[in-house]
Amino acid sequence: MAWNRKVLRIDLTNGSCTSEPLNMEWAQQYLGQRGLATKYFVSEVDPKVDPLSPANKLIMTTGPLTGTPASTGGRYSVVTKGALTGAIACSNSGGYFGAELKFAGWDMIIFEGKSPKPVYLSIENDKAELKCAAHLWGTTTWHTEETIKKTHQDPQVRVCSIGRAGENGVLYACIVNDLHRAAGRSGVGTVMGSKNLKAVAVRGTSGAANIKDPKAFMAATVAGKKVLAENAVTGQGLPTYGTQVLMNVINEMGALPTRNHRDVQFEEARKISAEAMAEKRPTDGKTHLVTNAACFGCTIACGRISRIDETHFSVVNKPEYWGASGGLEYEAAWALGAANGVGDLEALQYANLICNEDGFDPISFGATVGAAMELYELGILKASDIGMEAPFGSAQALCELARMTALGEGFGKELGIGSARLCEKHGKPELSMGVKKQEFPAYDSRGIQGMGLAYATSNRGACHLRGYTVASEVLGIPVKTDPLVTEGKAGLVKAFQDATAVFDSSGLCIFTSFAWSLADIQPQIDAACEGNWTMEKLGEVGERIWNMERQFNLAAGFTAKDDDLPPRLKTEPAKTGPAKGLVNGIDKMRPEYYAERGWDTNGVPTKDTLGRLGL
Amino acid sequence: MQKSLHIDANKCTGCLQCEMACSYENHGVFNIAKSRIKVFNFEHEGRKVPYTCTQCAEAWCLNACPVDAIRIDTATGAKVVNEATCVGCKVCTIACPFGTVNYVAETGKVQKCDLCGGDPACANACPTGAITYVDADWTGLDKMRAWAGKTDTSPRASA
Repeated sequence: MAWNRKVLRIDLTNGSCTSEPLNMEWAQQYLGQRGLATKYFVSEVDPKVDPLSPANKLIMTTGPLTGTPASTGGRYSVVTKGALTGAIACSNSGGYFGAELKFAGWDMIIFEGKSPKPVYLSIENDKAELKCAAHLWGTTTWHTEETIKKTHQDPQVRVCSIGRAGENGVLYACIVNDLHRAAGRSGVGTVMGSKNLKAVAVRGTSGAANIKDPKAFMAATVAGKKVLAENAVTGQGLPTYGTQVLMNVINEMGALPTRNHRDVQFEEARKISAEAMAEKRPTDGKTHLVTNAACFGCTIACGRISRIDETHFSVVNKPEYWGASGGLEYEAAWALGAANGVGDLEALQYANLICNEDGFDPISFGATVGAAMELYELGILKASDIGMEAPFGSAQALCELARMTALGEGFGKELGIGSARLCEKHGKPELSMGVKKQEFPAYDSRGIQGMGLAYATSNRGACHLRGYTVASEVLGIPVKTDPLVTEGKAGLVKAFQDATAVFDSSGLCIFTSFAWSLADIQPQIDAACEGNWTMEKLGEVGERIWNMERQFNLAAGFTAKDDDLPPRLKTEPAKTGPAKGLVNGIDKMRPEYYAERGWDTNGVPTKDTLGRLGL
Repeated sequence: MQKSLHIDANKCTGCLQCEMACSYENHGVFNIAKSRIKVFNFEHEGRKVPYTCTQCAEAWCLNACPVDAIRIDTATGAKVVNEATCVGCKVCTIACPFGTVNYVAETGKVQKCDLCGGDPACANACPTGAITYVDADWTGLDKMRAWAGKTDTSPRASA
């Protein structure tokens, strides 16, 4: 067994902290983390629940390989009903928090109810108590983490927290751990804020000693690490350039959504790319990038640690931002940059720092700014509405709007509701670039067709981390497919979605899947976990998780109509690049996908499918 | 040839594989709280630094021990704690200028790096070469090579 077999249940309403045994029968069916916590969630929560009501629950969960020497074995996830989407949400984060929770002896924490006043949860091994957070409320994630470490007189305590965005009801607030890692999407931080829960502080010294066959496990993890080290993406591309390795590649493909998806190529992409981060600045002769960094247990180390240009307008006289800090990763660089037509690398890093400091998702924030800029260019929003001129390309507007969103000031309050609600409010719902009210990430589905289907059918709204067919359509992993055609994409999307659900349930990082297939993680899981974990069983677990999430969303009121893309991607062809003249073929792919999944024409899993998966 | 652990902090990514390997090798568990090597993260400088015992030639921990519980492993040169003899007085933890001998409340003894008998698990686990186990007389070799490579020896146009 690699599970601690212990669940910590926190009733925030009455302040109780209780330990209960992990449901081991479910662990065999759903593995851990995303799958297992979602099983708990759907068993305990009414799908129709208002995400911000006390009846919603929030689960922080580890996987069986979290806190082990398996490469990247440090992940944790937050499962809840998303504040932004109203769909099942599962946001995954690295850093060190997840491993520490495991070392403290817990598999997951279930938060329920709502605290009458701001609190934080303090865990020291098997001791758990809620503490007053009045002095932390109204402060940033950075301040919260630092203050808790000082108060506990323990620099080794690990903290996850919400910033002011999560307190102020920004619908895409995230939960930040270790200063710049985040459970980023769908508004999981908003749910945490609605419960008056400011932070979780964990110190664990018990370790993860309960591995089924430690010797076989060590051998399997060593073999796995070798595969990662020898792979071009995980062994060279990601450590050297980070995820930003993609900026120029995706732009060349004509799949870099630009100015709210009006364009598919950004003329200033190079200025905000990995290559630019490694060039010496004319102002101070230093590079933007300081070093790469790993999360717990990770032998890839894709993380970027950068230092902002002290002379940049955004941080003049603000020395608190001059130190080395996290960013830029590709998704944030795209959302804050190309999506708004902003080509100022330092401005993007400033906005990114604000997102980390006050805990909100740079993808949804950046894309919402993009939508607001389009509304401004159309004359629907005026400078007087926004509080400034906000044309596409304005770095000044981006920086100021980030600050205002963090604090809930002026137009920042409107940006905090996300692009879907903002565009709806101003009579232009079609200008919101997303699915299920969640904004697209950094791949235009006119140039990478499979991603259109992956977005449309993602259970947590538009997302690249539910079925990353970019791997196949762009990088040729595991096999190269043509990004410009719809043929074969239904099966490809299903395969990626099911495999991803297994990675997300194991404690490992999905980035390993550039080099690892299920065949690489199967021996690691099987050596660590009680039971017989065959390839067949893992494949079934992935598909079971996907269908369970689907069932929750259908019960929450979503229908096939929600498995769709905004009209722009279906009717306005790409203007330039290899995909010039193409729109996304979602209407052709969707029925193929439903058939592939064993769902009826309305996207509802058939009785046979559910029966086959034991649902 | 005597070997020693050599640490190049510039290569450290902070993955903590060394700490996991140390705890597994010495305690049979995956628990960084039991590791004898620690990685320090200087967040605002973007620096991560693995730190452990340097096996001083004139080891103050060894000299300070009142019960001779710390002995030299002649094969590796490591200063090794004999748990059976250690009385947990902690004087060595005070004597060590670097803080790399630490008390373990659970056992009532101290622990420090013993070079795993000559095959250090941390160095084996390090994915980036930040921790290596090299000829003790030539720990500067890589640094010398790096600087030598930067020396401009190309012929000048005019002398």
